[in-house]
Amino acid sequence: MSQAVKIRGYPSPQELENAPGYPSPERLEKGPVAVIECIEEIPCNPCEQACPQHAITIGKPITNRPHLDEDKCIGCGLCVARCPGLAIFLVDLTYGKGKASVAFPYEYLPLPEKEQTVQAVNRAGEPVCPGTVIMVQNSKVNDQTPVVTIAVPREYASEIRGIARIRKER
Amino acid sequence: MREVDLAVVGAGPAGLTAAIEGAKRGCTTLVFDMNPLPGGQLIKQIHKFFGSREHRAGTRGIKIAAELLHQAESEKVEVMVGVEVYAIHDNILEVARTFAEDSPGSSLKQEATLPSRHLAIAARRIILATGGAENALNFPGWTLPGVMGAGAAQTMSNVWRVLPGERILMVGAGNVGLIVSYQLLQGGAEITAVIEATQKIGGYGVHAAKIRRAGVPILTSHTILRAEGDLRVEKAVIARVDASWQPVPGSEQELGVDTICIAVGLRPNTRLASLAGCNLHCSPRLGGWVPIHNSRMETTIPGTYVAGDLSGVEEASTALEEGRLAGICAASSLGKSAPGDDKEIAAIEERLISLRSGPFCQPRQDAKQELIEIGEVQCRKQ
Amino acid sequence: MRRVVNHPVLGILTAAREVKIYVDGKEVRAREGEPIAAAIAAAGIRVHRYTVKRGEPRGVFCGIGQCTDCVMVVNGVPNVRTCITPVAEGMIVKTQHGAGGKGR
Repeated sequence: MSQAVKIRGYPSPQELENAPGYPSPERLEKGPVAVIECIEEIPCNPCEQACPQHAITIGKPITNRPHLDEDKCIGCGLCVARCPGLAIFLVDLTYGKGKASVAFPYEYLPLPEKEQTVQAVNRAGEPVCPGTVIMVQNSKVNDQTPVVTIAVPREYASEIRGIARIRKER
Repeated sequence: MREVDLAVVGAGPAGLTAAIEGAKRGCTTLVFDMNPLPGGQLIKQIHKFFGSREHRAGTRGIKIAAELLHQAESEKVEVMVGVEVYAIHDNILEVARTFAEDSPGSSLKQEATLPSRHLAIAARRIILATGGAENALNFPGWTLPGVMGAGAAQTMSNVWRVLPGERILMVGAGNVGLIVSYQLLQGGAEITAVIEATQKIGGYGVHAAKIRRAGVPILTSHTILRAEGDLRVEKAVIARVDASWQPVPGSEQELGVDTICIAVGLRPNTRLASLAGCNLHCSPRLGGWVPIHNSRMETTIPGTYVAGDLSGVEEASTALEEGRLAGICAASSLGKSAPGDDKEIAAIEERLISLRSGPFCQPRQDAKQELIEIGEVQCRKQ
Repeated sequence: MRRVVNHPVLGILTAAREVKIYVDGKEVRAREGEPIAAAIAAAGIRVHRYTVKRGEPRGVFCGIGQCTDCVMVVNGVPNVRTCITPVAEGMIVKTQHGAGGKGR
């Protein structure tokens, strides 16, 4: 079983590189793709059923780590809201103008709004750079797991996995 | 005295599925729960469950609770809330209302389910599904208001809709500590830190990851030395521990918190099972003392069954399955089976094996196997 | 210990009939059906009782009726578990001192 995740609470770059759900650098350069950061053997498989392209496989036993078929993945992002562990992201390095888009599940209030400037954070919750909200998807199929997409400088796309919570003025 | 075919103690996931299966097979079924609302732990679980499709993976616990209650109602299961079974002898359950004396103008319809303060019910079969109870951690100041079980904080935020505090220290990084921390963040609180005395985070990496990216520090090899405050928690003092669990001098840190949640594991809530005379076995991997049961979930008391966390602390998914198994077996022992029950039992057992597989879960699988082997010897044969 | 009025999963807190209870003489507005402990927590009260021997403060610990740390005197009856006892109109709740003998 992976070690860094058990001490720091998030996977290390090496652990992610070795994860069957993490896309290759070549695939990432081609366009939007799912990035599955679930790297432990836990009994769980909703992601397998979430993908209309059948790009995610777990099979039996259901403790298998999710495997991403990066050629089948069209980067639709449906899996992002369906993972109970909130461990799937959508990254598009081809967003343009030196930027990448990162979509992540965000189950907090207040939700950010389109075009809002937000503080993008890494897996340790540390602020990395400002980001711009491109989309906030929160329809019935999300089942209360909104998916927020932000644009950030391309060089940070492999680090950014969320935003700092927005504090309301009280 | 009223007599029913099946009395179930606890209206959580195990109790409700047990009642539903019993009622489906023609048992007159009564469920008791001491809480004002039925559903057990499910009504606090606002996160999406793991597991597989048969286990309602991806569905929030609160929704599963609503569905079970609806199903119980349609099967004519009678669910009594706000009542506590405080003794069982022979096949009689002694039940009392948990509420205060009659309050004038009480608006509760639950009180109407038990007109007098006390009731005795005879049951041909009994299923105990009293769940688990949180362990405590004793440290100086642990009795101050503001120190509470992680489950209590979860109840407050998700059921009562009251935040237990604004700045919270979570003690324990198992799944409960991690999940409750996340839910308290959702409620609007700040989690100052999660501390874990062992060297590794015990819960799933994905649960840890979502609170880490919310900026919550998880400090392994740390313990709480004391809580301080006048009439309530005002600060916590934590320290790093060495390989022998001793606090490292000079590593003390003061955290300004108003709440300290303790998430150091659950143990089966065996008080009633013990009172009823069930033999217990000490199984650390299942949370401590557990009622001995065989593969049909029957205890050493013929006609008394167990299911859910009471029979070993696991998860909601295993509770749902064990409840089904206990309900089917209890009904069958009354001659009330359904065609295909053998297949159904085999399917349940297969799903339980699947839920108990993998590195995180294998210890439970082994412990359950050991418990059932003892049960096959000590419990009555079929 | 404020009310969670808007929650990302549970939504907006639905309106509930207001129930008035009295805690140590002070009027507290509660929501119909909620446990006494919820109403007093929302009112910012953390201390439910003081212990027998040393008079130390105690409050909610388990929240589900198992530990008895949250007991108070309700309508003259001591040792009432406020975490599982719903509010009722006009309820008189008092901080319990010690074991809550007759009249306390």
